Amino acid sequence: MADLNPFSLWRRFLNTPNDNRAKTLAVAFLVSAACALLVTAATVLLRPIQAENRAAEQQARLEALIAAVPGISELIAASGGEALSTVVVDLDRGAAATGITPETLAAALAEQGNWTALAPADDIAGIGNRPDYAQIYLLRSGEAVSLAILPVVGSGYNGRIQALLALDGDMRRLAGIAITEQMETPGLGARIEEPLWQQSFAGKQLFDESGATRFAVARGPGRGEFEVDGITGATRTSNAVTNMVRFWVGPKGYGPLMAAIRRGEF
Amino acid sequence: MAAGASLWGTLTAPLIRQNPVTLQILGICSALAVTTSLDTALTMAISLTVVVVLAAGIVSLIRRHIPTSIRLIVQIIIIGSLVVVIDQCLKAWFFELSQRLSVFVSLIATNCIVLGRTESFARTNPPLPSMVDALGNGLGYGLVLVVIGACRELFGTGKLLGVQILPLAEQGGWFTPLSLMLLAPSAFFLLGALVWAMRSLWPEQADDPDFPPHETGEERP
Repeated sequence: MADLNPFSLWRRFLNTPNDNRAKTLAVAFLVSAACALLVTAATVLLRPIQAENRAAEQQARLEALIAAVPGISELIAASGGEALSTVVVDLDRGAAATGITPETLAAALAEQGNWTALAPADDIAGIGNRPDYAQIYLLRSGEAVSLAILPVVGSGYNGRIQALLALDGDMRRLAGIAITEQMETPGLGARIEEPLWQQSFAGKQLFDESGATRFAVARGPGRGEFEVDGITGATRTSNAVTNMVRFWVGPKGYGPLMAAIRRGEF
Repeated sequence: MAAGASLWGTLTAPLIRQNPVTLQILGICSALAVTTSLDTALTMAISLTVVVVLAAGIVSLIRRHIPTSIRLIVQIIIIGSLVVVIDQCLKAWFFELSQRLSVFVSLIATNCIVLGRTESFARTNPPLPSMVDALGNGLGYGLVLVVIGACRELFGTGKLLGVQILPLAEQGGWFTPLSLMLLAPSAFFLLGALVWAMRSLWPEQADDPDFPPHETGEERP
């Protein structure tokens, strides 16, 4: 008659010699299970707090980006504080989205139907799927848009790169960039977080006269009005930033919206 | 009495004389990387101490039931899980610091001090002495980090914990920051000087030379 009392079974397990194969496997399994439980609990319980931190940081970077654009603080002061308006736009139509507010955007993007799969030829930023709606920030002087801040995303060397692009009112010139999330190699690609490099984006032209996208992160020092300096030892990251910017100012990104702003429809 | 005295000895020996960094030259990688300022050095020291104490306690609790053939894997799994938990806690409650420590918190898992203590001490001793020993080693590591971090921050920026101590020349004071102190080589110099000082104080700590110095210009038989 087998003894099925769990306590005596447990004691018998503990008394088994350590070099017993079954006990080795059992110990390995128990330790792994306990550790998995610990890690999962920590990750799941702490996720909301971490998400809050990230959101707060994003807000701080947005404010820093706006503050870094030359002459912007005067504009905000002139229009009396609440100058920055938040708009959810429909990327394909290039117009304000109907029925989706910043509060309901997250819920809308949780639905697969509100994403567009990109053909490999179009997908230069390497993101696979693109949301149909995006939350952008506009600064106006009078009726005209004087600055637009557009969230962008691309795939870097080690993972996603997220950034905010600031465009001047003519939608042809960059006013700044802020990298909000990246996982590039520390000391190499991660240098895209350095403020000095980000400042070099201000004033760069996106398009030439014919309308072709010319902006690029150069290999080595950037030349002319279209290029910013490349980061030594981080060619893949530099290319990723180039492709990210080119994708999002192109026809599958914010192109229709930028055209609408140029026509004065916003 | 005797037990208390030996516990006290276990705790204090690794602080200075048996310091894991200066005597055994363990944990150098992170000691170089996170000491550009005092607050990152402190956070790293506290994180490592927490990990090594908890890991020593857990390993010591199950020490009679760890099969010898998989003991390193079991220890690494325990250490690795604790590091992930600490990393998550830092990201939740000390977000700015965790951004600056970046990859080095995760690298606690590969810090030789942690595995060294669980393997050489906790695996053969009861939980209390193991945790005390781990605490002593964590504090000894922290002490070196704090000394080097304080030197580098003070001479590199004239600040301590972000408070200006030495008036900067460009703001009308007399101190010109040594920017070398903010680069990795300065940590090598400081650590080398520290090890040299300690081995001059206690000559028995010095290693025997691996090879006799090569002599030149002398006649050989």
